[in-house]
Amino acid sequence: MNGTDTGFVLISAALVMLMTPGLALFYGGMVRSKSVLNMLMMSFISLGIVSILWVLYGHSLAFSGSGSFIGNFDLIGLKGVKPDSTMLNFAGHKISLFSFSLFQMLFAVITAALMSGALADRVKFSAWMIFIGVWVTVVYFPVAHWVWGGGWLAQLHPAVIDFAGGTAVHINAGVGALAAVLVVGKRIGFKKDPMRPHNLPLVLLGTALLWFGWFGFNAGSELGVDGTTGLMAYNTQIATAAAMIGWLIYERIRHGAFTTLGACSGAVAGLVAITPSGGNVNAFGALLIGVVAGAVCSWAVSLKYKLGFDDSLDVVGVHMVGGILGTLMVGFLAINGAGGFDQFVSQAIGAGSVIGYTFVVTYVLALVIEKTIGFRAAEDDELTGVDQSQHAETAYDFTSAAGAHMVSSAAVTPTPRTTQGSDAAAKKVEA
Amino acid sequence: MKLITAVVKPHRLDEIKEALQAFGVQGLTVTEASGYGRQRGHTEVYRGAEYTVDLVPKIRIEVLVEDDDADQLVDVVVKAARTGKIGDGKVWAVPVETAVRVRTGERGPDAL
Repeated sequence: MNGTDTGFVLISAALVMLMTPGLALFYGGMVRSKSVLNMLMMSFISLGIVSILWVLYGHSLAFSGSGSFIGNFDLIGLKGVKPDSTMLNFAGHKISLFSFSLFQMLFAVITAALMSGALADRVKFSAWMIFIGVWVTVVYFPVAHWVWGGGWLAQLHPAVIDFAGGTAVHINAGVGALAAVLVVGKRIGFKKDPMRPHNLPLVLLGTALLWFGWFGFNAGSELGVDGTTGLMAYNTQIATAAAMIGWLIYERIRHGAFTTLGACSGAVAGLVAITPSGGNVNAFGALLIGVVAGAVCSWAVSLKYKLGFDDSLDVVGVHMVGGILGTLMVGFLAINGAGGFDQFVSQAIGAGSVIGYTFVVTYVLALVIEKTIGFRAAEDDELTGVDQSQHAETAYDFTSAAGAHMVSSAAVTPTPRTTQGSDAAAKKVEA
Repeated sequence: MKLITAVVKPHRLDEIKEALQAFGVQGLTVTEASGYGRQRGHTEVYRGAEYTVDLVPKIRIEVLVEDDDADQLVDVVVKAARTGKIGDGKVWAVPVETAVRVRTGERGPDAL
């Protein structure tokens, strides 16, 4: 077993783990204060649910067997995997299978969490938990298999370049978000009420954690330490920088100011676009991909107002559009003679197939949830705020310094709860 | 007695407080407020979506004074609050029927 490569993959896995709470803060700062906890939890719960599903059958469906559409059940519960079990990385070195599985597990976690931004403020938390559990099963695990598990996209000639997940993660989450939004519908007051972010410092903190973690996400995808690892990390930085500037320039010209939210959004757009491409382009290519992604995504986030779908925090405009840009641009910009029309065609097939498959399956899934248990929170709950109705909490204490007078003695008694969600919030607490 | 209420720009609070102290005012109440007058609000941009923020942050200062001091005190507050730019706020005075100092039970002007 190669200790250097295994160690690097483990460190990268820890970095990727940090991205999910980073994403939670990034999204959480952008919603109104009445639903920030719900927004945080929609991401954070993915660490709980998807990690478990990954070890139960996710790893097996994505990375066991050589089927072109999906893996097999040979590694259910990581059956038979021992501490000294290994796999070969791209350089032919043996790395610990546990380290690889952990790294990939955290990819599945954040992909599901990414969709939450589109559904801000208005879904039942129980329905969301079921949604991401089923979604990773029927969408993410198969698509990860297509791209990285030896599935049909990996078998194309030339094979689709998706270094760290432009198709499997970002296009996938962006399209899934779009389909879910079309089923769930708009927030009450969309385009009418002001819905400005309640805490931009939180957004910047989240962006910083994402950027930091993304080095593990991108460079870690080499599954070892070599020249490509360094190139990927380097390109991650400069594409992100270029995208931040690209977004800000567009915004200054179009809207008259260099905004904090624009700088953060541009950085994330750049991170998304360099994800599929950064291991296969030179520094100039990375800068070009970054600046194009920043400017185009800055424009793309306004489409929801024109087209009338309430992708609340622009998962489609940033992740789907940024993912498509990075995936297609690497077709022409790939170095070492790989770039060209044939490669571009493969890239387009990769992006197009994920868009088609994910949209249809996610739409049906969201519709089934909406028609059975109901995806959307009750109107009253949405107006009051899903923090109260779904979690029986509020994020901030707005009472004055000596706010204790607001708390009655009954409320501090621990109370067994037999119901959940809106029912619990509506009932009087019985001590 | 009169109640003088001033709704003014938050950053003028220190000047007003000092001017009132110089005049001999013993106490006052300050609350954060929001509202708009003729200046209306301002525009903010979030990912290209423009929001008109029409309620601007203000500070509301309340002072109880004896009738004879009221007019002069209004002028003191106005002078301290003024920047000359739109959005400086308003100051007004209304009659007060009674006032009681909670600790001692003193009533009327003695309570001030």
